[in-house]
Amino acid sequence: METPLLSVKSLTIGIRRSKSADTIIVDDLSFDIQRGERFGIVGESGSGKSLTLRAIADLLPKGVEVLSGSIRYNGAELIGMPTVQRRRLMGPEIAMIFQEPMTALNPVIRVGDQIAEGPRRYLGLSKKAAMALAIEMMAKTGIPDPARRARAYPHELSGGLRQRIMIAMALSCGPKLLLCDEPTTALDVTVQHQVLKVLEKLCDDSGAALAFVTHDLAVVNQTCTDLAVMYAGHIIESGKVKSVFHDPRHPYTKGLLDSAPDFDQPERDLVPIPGFPPNLAARTSGCPFAPRCVFAVEACTVAMPPTMEVAPGHNAACIESQHIFEGVTV
Amino acid sequence: MTTPTAALVSFKERRRAVRSRSIKPWYRNGSLMAGIIIVGLLVLVAVLAPVLAPYDPVAQHLTNALASPNAAHWLGTDKFGRDVLSRLIWGAQVDLRVGFLAVLIPFVVGSVLGAIAGYFGGWLDTVLMRIVDIFFAFPFYVMVIVLVFIFGSGEASIYIAIAAVSWVSYARIVRGEVLIAKKQDYVVAARLGGMSHARILVRHIGPNVLSQAIIYGMSDIVMDIMAIVTLGYLGLGINPPTAEWGSMINDGQEFITTLWQQATIPGLVVVITSLGLSWLGDGLSDLLSPERRK
Amino acid sequence: MLHRLRFIPGRLIQSIPVAFGVTLIVFFMARLLPGNPALALLGQRATPESVAALSKQLGLNTPIWEQYFGFLGRIFQGNLGTSITYQQPVTSLLAQAIPVTMSLLGLALLFSLVISIPLAALAAFRPGGARDLGVRAFTLLGQGMPQFWLGIMLILLLAVGLRAFPVGGYGNSAGDHLYYLFLPALTLAITMCPTIIRSLRSSMIDVLESEYVGTAKSKGSYGAALFRGHVLRNAAIPTVSVIGVNLGFLVGGSLVIEKVFALPGLGSMMINAIFTRDFPTIQGVTLFVALFVVVVGILTDVVYTMLDPRVNFGAKEQS
Repeated sequence: METPLLSVKSLTIGIRRSKSADTIIVDDLSFDIQRGERFGIVGESGSGKSLTLRAIADLLPKGVEVLSGSIRYNGAELIGMPTVQRRRLMGPEIAMIFQEPMTALNPVIRVGDQIAEGPRRYLGLSKKAAMALAIEMMAKTGIPDPARRARAYPHELSGGLRQRIMIAMALSCGPKLLLCDEPTTALDVTVQHQVLKVLEKLCDDSGAALAFVTHDLAVVNQTCTDLAVMYAGHIIESGKVKSVFHDPRHPYTKGLLDSAPDFDQPERDLVPIPGFPPNLAARTSGCPFAPRCVFAVEACTVAMPPTMEVAPGHNAACIESQHIFEGVTV
Repeated sequence: MTTPTAALVSFKERRRAVRSRSIKPWYRNGSLMAGIIIVGLLVLVAVLAPVLAPYDPVAQHLTNALASPNAAHWLGTDKFGRDVLSRLIWGAQVDLRVGFLAVLIPFVVGSVLGAIAGYFGGWLDTVLMRIVDIFFAFPFYVMVIVLVFIFGSGEASIYIAIAAVSWVSYARIVRGEVLIAKKQDYVVAARLGGMSHARILVRHIGPNVLSQAIIYGMSDIVMDIMAIVTLGYLGLGINPPTAEWGSMINDGQEFITTLWQQATIPGLVVVITSLGLSWLGDGLSDLLSPERRK
Repeated sequence: MLHRLRFIPGRLIQSIPVAFGVTLIVFFMARLLPGNPALALLGQRATPESVAALSKQLGLNTPIWEQYFGFLGRIFQGNLGTSITYQQPVTSLLAQAIPVTMSLLGLALLFSLVISIPLAALAAFRPGGARDLGVRAFTLLGQGMPQFWLGIMLILLLAVGLRAFPVGGYGNSAGDHLYYLFLPALTLAITMCPTIIRSLRSSMIDVLESEYVGTAKSKGSYGAALFRGHVLRNAAIPTVSVIGVNLGFLVGGSLVIEKVFALPGLGSMMINAIFTRDFPTIQGVTLFVALFVVVVGILTDVVYTMLDPRVNFGAKEQS
């Protein structure tokens, strides 16, 4: 089998403490992303999905670090790689798009120059050629009058335009993997859709793989081919989007789908998940979803359930999965 | 060294830094304790000067002038044969007294004017703040030197000069704090409840705003001591022959190549004093900042 | 870029009342005293001739507002009176002293930036770390030292001890001037640094935590390029106003430092004038310095606007 483009193994992220046990935010996470794949990571805020993405990009906030595990890009181990070497991957190999384009763009630099920064560094372009490329990239993301807009500062542009600038910037060096951290959350719904379309099209054209973090199931359905559902730092279910959406095997995934509006069945009632996500500091040994789970049995609170293949390519971490979803009784 | 404007700016930053600090009981607060110990010792030395000082600080012994440090005169003698150590000890009395007292008038005047401007706003505020702008155009030392010139050298002139310059900073700080406090719900509620302006200012806004003025006042004392020492150095301060650190540095500068300690040591004492006061101020702002009281 | 500087005329108009206020204060300085201001200003030992000369200069026998307008009129004609000591126009004395003080200020500002930027970066890179604490100790000491004393100490160490620099004076050629200005400028810079470092450090910490620095990293930027391209300029913006405000402090400090190093600038001019009770000279220096501070305030706004595209001082006036 071909080496995956990105391979995350047993990744654990948290805050190292000298006097007490480390606070663990992302626990023993594993997944692969193949070339050209569109991989969605879904979860509530605080589930650790954004931190996972940031760990790949080496952008963890101060104090939070990778405690153990491995992230391999194209076979090369990223954890422990010297910063200089790792940063060299950022741009031509891996690029990132952030949630809030206003704060993610430098407010005092013209957007054209911000896009041109990467191409100048990696493609060895002259100032003029890099700017021409920046304008071309802006045109590709559907920004009208790109030559004029390239001279604008971020605050002079609308949210949708700013996010298109981010996309143009991220794709300017032709990365193989694009990390997206809720790229449309800060935008109006109508703009969201346009921006997603642009993103999809440009990824199709360039063949870049996508790691797409979001809390919005509809967005995943539209954009991704594969997905992982995260809850409290664990992947509790993963597989093809179609498979997971039509046949969820974890009560949390089921709950998520039931609590989100479905345009195909507008008459269906929305069912909220009772309770709240767990406090990181008060982590128990069992399944983190157990306290909110209507199907929980005693065994759920003892140990984290192992991940099992419930269907080909479809995994879930729930010991009761078969009982709940297939009506099998022991 | 601090100036009104420099202190004003750094003061805001320090407050920001303080907010992020963790909450500790006052006796565990390192900078507060360091400040209390240093300033306490200095005040003790100043108060006990008549007991501690081995010689009369102004008695001249021209036959024994410019002695190097020896058993009888630990820090040597100056060009008039006066004991340097005794002058240093008595100097603490003068410099600390003037430093502390000089803060009082600008503190009161500036705070009251700032509070009135901030609370009532409108044309009063505009006029007062324009006046503040005008005063800010005069660098601290330029203003102090000119005023000392006009009123003649001596302690009283120093008080007037410092008051005329530094009320501006208190006015700015208090006005800013009042503008914030005025919008707080409890003040709005008091106003709706029919409380008079004076009562609201004194009872509700005052306590919150004053703590900021007090914190600034601590750094202002440092600044005033610097000003007094500088004036003393320029020969515009406390009239000779009274012992004062700045004039001691001036006396010593002449003999810097032979008796280096005569200019160096009084300066070091000033550095220690200002460090102590800065730490005390930092510690106090830890204690007084409203975030802590919650 | 240029269209954002359209605020300058408006800003100039705004500072006119402040400038008038300054002249008013300078004017009234002489009239704060009871009795004959001329006599009071010159002191008891003054000769009748100098009292008469000053009375005439001040126009003491006319109503006070007339005296003020006379004063203003003379300022606009570039006439700041005649120095009693030197019997020369104050303006020509100023013309000799201003270049000295301005070179000192410029060099001091340059030094303080050269010292502050690396130190602030060092401190901001790991707040609370050993380097941060070291830098904090430096700022605490720098703030606690009387400027003139630091100057004397530098003379003792570098001029007397190592003989690397002159003890004082200004030299005769441009190269000499630079050499003679080095120590005084360094003295001023060290006492100015703490404020700049504190401001730069805290804004650098903010910038380093910002999302756009993350974006820059995600574009492969690191090390010096990241610092120059995405940290320094953003962090410099708030510091510009801190520096602008503190230039007034630098001016005040330079007066004292000139005295320590025997530099023939505005400070020496003013302090000598105080001892000779040469009031027109004091008035002239004070007026110049205060107006200089007003101009610096305007320049600060200009630099601020050039650095930060989000600010638009002009827009306020238009709305």
